[in-house]
Amino acid sequence: MFTGYDFDVIQRSWVYLFRDGMTFTLTLTALAMAGGIFFGTLLAMMRLSKFRVLAMAAGGYVNLMRSLPLVLVIFWFFFLVPYIYGWLAGAGKPIPIGAFYSALITFTMFEAAYYCEIMRAGIQSIPRGQVWSGYALGLNYWQTMGQIVLPQAFRNMLPVLLTQTIVLFQDTSLVYVISATDFLGAAAKVANRDYRLVEMYTFVAVVYFIISYGLSTLVKSLQSRIAIIR
Amino acid sequence: MNYNWNWSILLAPEPGGTGIYLKYLFVGLGWTLATALAAWVIALTIGSVVGTLRTTPHKWIVRLGNAYVEIFRNVPLIVQMFLWFFVVPELLPKGLGDWIKQVPPPWGSYLPAVLCLGLFTSIRVAEQVKAGVQSLSRGQGMAGTALGLTLAQSYRFVLLPQAFRIVLPPLTSEFMNVIKNSSVALTIGLLELTGRARAMQEFSFKVFEAFAAATVIYLLTNLLVVFAMRALEKKVRVPGLIAAPMSAAGH
Repeated sequence: MFTGYDFDVIQRSWVYLFRDGMTFTLTLTALAMAGGIFFGTLLAMMRLSKFRVLAMAAGGYVNLMRSLPLVLVIFWFFFLVPYIYGWLAGAGKPIPIGAFYSALITFTMFEAAYYCEIMRAGIQSIPRGQVWSGYALGLNYWQTMGQIVLPQAFRNMLPVLLTQTIVLFQDTSLVYVISATDFLGAAAKVANRDYRLVEMYTFVAVVYFIISYGLSTLVKSLQSRIAIIR
Repeated sequence: MNYNWNWSILLAPEPGGTGIYLKYLFVGLGWTLATALAAWVIALTIGSVVGTLRTTPHKWIVRLGNAYVEIFRNVPLIVQMFLWFFVVPELLPKGLGDWIKQVPPPWGSYLPAVLCLGLFTSIRVAEQVKAGVQSLSRGQGMAGTALGLTLAQSYRFVLLPQAFRIVLPPLTSEFMNVIKNSSVALTIGLLELTGRARAMQEFSFKVFEAFAAATVIYLLTNLLVVFAMRALEKKVRVPGLIAAPMSAAGH
């Protein structure tokens, strides 16, 4: 079945694939995860806030992001961010910021909506008595959240947060549509240059499979280890 | 921001000569829905079978089902699109592969896109169906056996009718995911809604009008699906259960 295929192309290009492509993919995943969880937690606190305006603004944002295809959101931010940046910098015209920062902002803002829903479920899983005892001890809202509720919510939701991060890791491959050189983008460039589409795309699929499968196995074992015995 | 909005562009003719841009986008919505619905049929069929098999007491069948799920879950959708579009025709016998490559557009992109999305979504359906069957109390299956039903009959008459009604809400969100995920087919040349918004932006240089129009069309489609499914859910709800929403990670 594989006669006539040239798997040497992988040997010739793997340094480029991993040093340029995979570095882009992993950096983007890690930073978007950190940013996404940070903003997602803030959004979740807003959604659960007793101030109706905050709750509605956060809810509207989350529902908007969750109803749109990621590809469309990538295009939106790719064109919108230079305008906003140009406006903020007072330049009066759009300033290009490059594919990486565009992708980073997109994934941070997009994933924040998904992390928000996870964190909201996490916060809601904490018994109300925990919040009351915090206030009874004289803590304010931020202290109660930061020292009592959120640490427990993170712990309960850690497996789901990590599973979402594996989804994020796979989704970063969609930066292909703005011609960024992530792992898939690098492979596509080599594939089209050497006309080795079969070999390169098969290799890409195998690499993604190994990383995602490995990570999800880790998450599963973590899940059984940190489960709180009640 | 000094962006010159020009909403009348939506009523201007598109360069392909098929009519105005607004119509061009709605034809794109047609392709989005045609892709999503066809993929949904595949996903429901295969997903129900695989999901059910994974709850049976046969160890090897469960393992095969798990392997199927892991393969399709751990490769990004866009990579799977490329596999179906670029790689599979090369691996088939030469005559068949060449014939596939000569299928005229848009079918040459539509068919691989449907197949890819259908299989990709089938594992999510399988997960939901499995969760639905496992959420039933063990007594249900035992009662079936005690009544003299075979395993197949227990599934057919006792377990599956309840499981499907329980998993309808999460299946709704999976259906919305198919609609959203069909936009990835633009990478293999299918001009669905997002692809056409992108093309409109390239033809007319009206970036934000094009994407805003697509955004509104997606939101309206979502609303329609939600209302239709709410009505269906109400109709088939299992009496006596607190119809609690389930949530999980994913898109």
